[in-house]
Amino acid sequence: MGDAEIIPIGTRGKPGRGTGSAKPSSSARSLAKAPAARKHAEPVPEAAPGATDEHEAPVVPEPRLAEPSYDDAVDLAHPEPADPTRGIPAVDWLAGFTSAAVEVFGADWEPRLAAFLAFLRRRLTGDYTVDEYGFDAEITQHFFMAAIRPVAEKWFRIEVRGVENIPAHGGALVVSNHSGTIPVDGLMTAVTIHDHAHRFLRPLGADLVFKLPVVSELARKGGVTLACNEDAERMLRGGEIVGVWPEGFKGIGKPYSERYKLQRFGRGGFVSAAIRTGVPIIPTSVVGAEEIYPLVGNIPSLARLLGVPYIPITPFFPALGPLGLIPLPSKWVIEFGEPIRTDEYDTGAAEDPMLVFNVTDQVRETIQQTLYTLLMQRKSVFG
Amino acid sequence: MGRVVLVTGVARDLGRRFAKQLAAAPAVDRVIGVDVQPPRGDLGGVSFTRADIRNPVIAKVIMREQVDTVVHMSVLPSPGGNTGRATAKELNVIGSMQLLAACQQSPHLEHLVLRSSTAVYGSSNRDPAMFTEDMAARRIGGLGFVKDVNEVEGYVRGFARRRPDVRVTTLRTANAIGPGLNTPTTAYFRLPVIPTVLGFDPRLQFVNDTDLLDAIEHATLSDVPGIFNIAGDGVLMLSQALRRLGRPALPLPGFAVGAVGSAMRQAKVADFSREQVAFLAYGRGVDTTRMKEVLGFHPSRTTAQAFAEFAASLEPGLISEQRVRAVEAGLVGALGGAREGLQEIVGKGEDRG
Repeated sequence: MGDAEIIPIGTRGKPGRGTGSAKPSSSARSLAKAPAARKHAEPVPEAAPGATDEHEAPVVPEPRLAEPSYDDAVDLAHPEPADPTRGIPAVDWLAGFTSAAVEVFGADWEPRLAAFLAFLRRRLTGDYTVDEYGFDAEITQHFFMAAIRPVAEKWFRIEVRGVENIPAHGGALVVSNHSGTIPVDGLMTAVTIHDHAHRFLRPLGADLVFKLPVVSELARKGGVTLACNEDAERMLRGGEIVGVWPEGFKGIGKPYSERYKLQRFGRGGFVSAAIRTGVPIIPTSVVGAEEIYPLVGNIPSLARLLGVPYIPITPFFPALGPLGLIPLPSKWVIEFGEPIRTDEYDTGAAEDPMLVFNVTDQVRETIQQTLYTLLMQRKSVFG
Repeated sequence: MGRVVLVTGVARDLGRRFAKQLAAAPAVDRVIGVDVQPPRGDLGGVSFTRADIRNPVIAKVIMREQVDTVVHMSVLPSPGGNTGRATAKELNVIGSMQLLAACQQSPHLEHLVLRSSTAVYGSSNRDPAMFTEDMAARRIGGLGFVKDVNEVEGYVRGFARRRPDVRVTTLRTANAIGPGLNTPTTAYFRLPVIPTVLGFDPRLQFVNDTDLLDAIEHATLSDVPGIFNIAGDGVLMLSQALRRLGRPALPLPGFAVGAVGSAMRQAKVADFSREQVAFLAYGRGVDTTRMKEVLGFHPSRTTAQAFAEFAASLEPGLISEQRVRAVEAGLVGALGGAREGLQEIVGKGEDRG
């Protein structure tokens, strides 16, 4: 019955609101009509437990729960203990939690929450499978893609063209230009192919990727493997969509003044891998990635010291520190070109360097021409 | 006439079990086990000869017993217990040289089986995802055991050139794992808190210990020369393996893992060498197509199954599956229960209203 006491409306550091005067204001009193009745009951608390008033009885055992329509009045009328967690009734916690769950997971929150907990349990107990390259499809789909997608859709507003050129099944080699100082274009191509063609892109990464801590761990889980002929052929034979950026560091690390000028396309290893496995090559052109971190300088000595290909200087990095790491919101276009078939060549064609160079040039020219066309159509960098 | 087989390295658990298993095979007449120390367990029908393979005595044994098959199983990361690196190298490399020299002298020899290791491929960031038998280590001049295995395989290749009449089978075996097995790998996974290299998550492959013995027996009794990778199907990430064990990982920067490793080596808790640090960073995967198609051996357990069997033999770790399941069931139950409770209360309120 102690909790039937009336406290001043003022907070005095306790939860609540008011002026701090001991007496409730008239408006508060009129708001709290019903508890006003308890004022009378207050002087005779335990005196007559049996003879409680008719209107008092329901309030005492479950004062907060029994009258949900009370709302503010109840809070005004009840003393708030110093510990706020004790002051919020369990039911309110539950209601809040429920509405939050509905907010996050939708109306069928309960099965979805259970599914989410099961997902957490699977992750915690290692009850998932990775393929031989260390690719973890579950975490890639539910986590990596979900994290990259908003950047692709909202920040770079990627426009996708020619997605029908990506085969629905079977192996294919996606060959793309490389730019942007940090290989963001690889991530964006991966999320684009996942969302539009519903396939996982399996990128080939430089050995540096697997040397860097954290990056190496994430790369393997995200489906990256080393850019070498053995892995490329193995993946293509396995019917995967393999992504390759033959320009490598020469592409992403080129100065801004050379934007959209394709560098040398490696040694054509990707072509011989495609010919050996007979998969189509899909020339892919990415416009917009050149402008995200305009590379205006480089610190070669520091790069040598750290064993990385370059230390980028952009107009905002390192001048603005971490803020300089935010990419400029250029408008991107990713165009998947018409596939170049390789299954018509003879088996020995992969060993013919002249043919390999010719196909490499054909792919490079296709991408370069598409880049020029897309640049002509582009109204502005950020449009 | 059955075969006379000489098995080296029988003081070790796997060598002893293999010799015993082979002695029970009907196609084998005699099995002679050789090692520096006497084996601790039961050798069954194996006749044990205490001899050092670094010593020419081994040639006399091979000649006198008219051995026609030699199974060399004593190329190990830490032969003879917690010996130093120099002793290990001596036993591995010089021992193999002596053994091969003895084999070359023997006119009766028909078959040589080397139990090598997938460590021969090393571990580096330039490794392809899956090594096939034709590939070599990407980093020239490996460290420690990696170097030993490469040298031993080199000597065996040389032997095969000099004695083309002898069938030479090299089995590059992945890390063996199984309940009751005591190797550096199992010692590592038995640690209560398992040190890992920060920011790296290597791919691991295991082979169940009985599968490994079956594979060596299969290679000894069949006539297939060549080099074969022996591993269970599939790979496990180290993080995944630790989660399946329910043991917490202790990620340390690469250089610190080496220091912790040598401290553990001093304390004889676990053996961490430099090449193992590289392995814990970059991992390794081997292709086993040739094992299945040419050698005709099919392991009964995948990597994951072999590891699960091993994990089942350990005390469940701190974050064991049972506990996680209990928490999950508790949470789901609490939510379900709470929701019903809430409905009840709301229902009551509505009745009143």
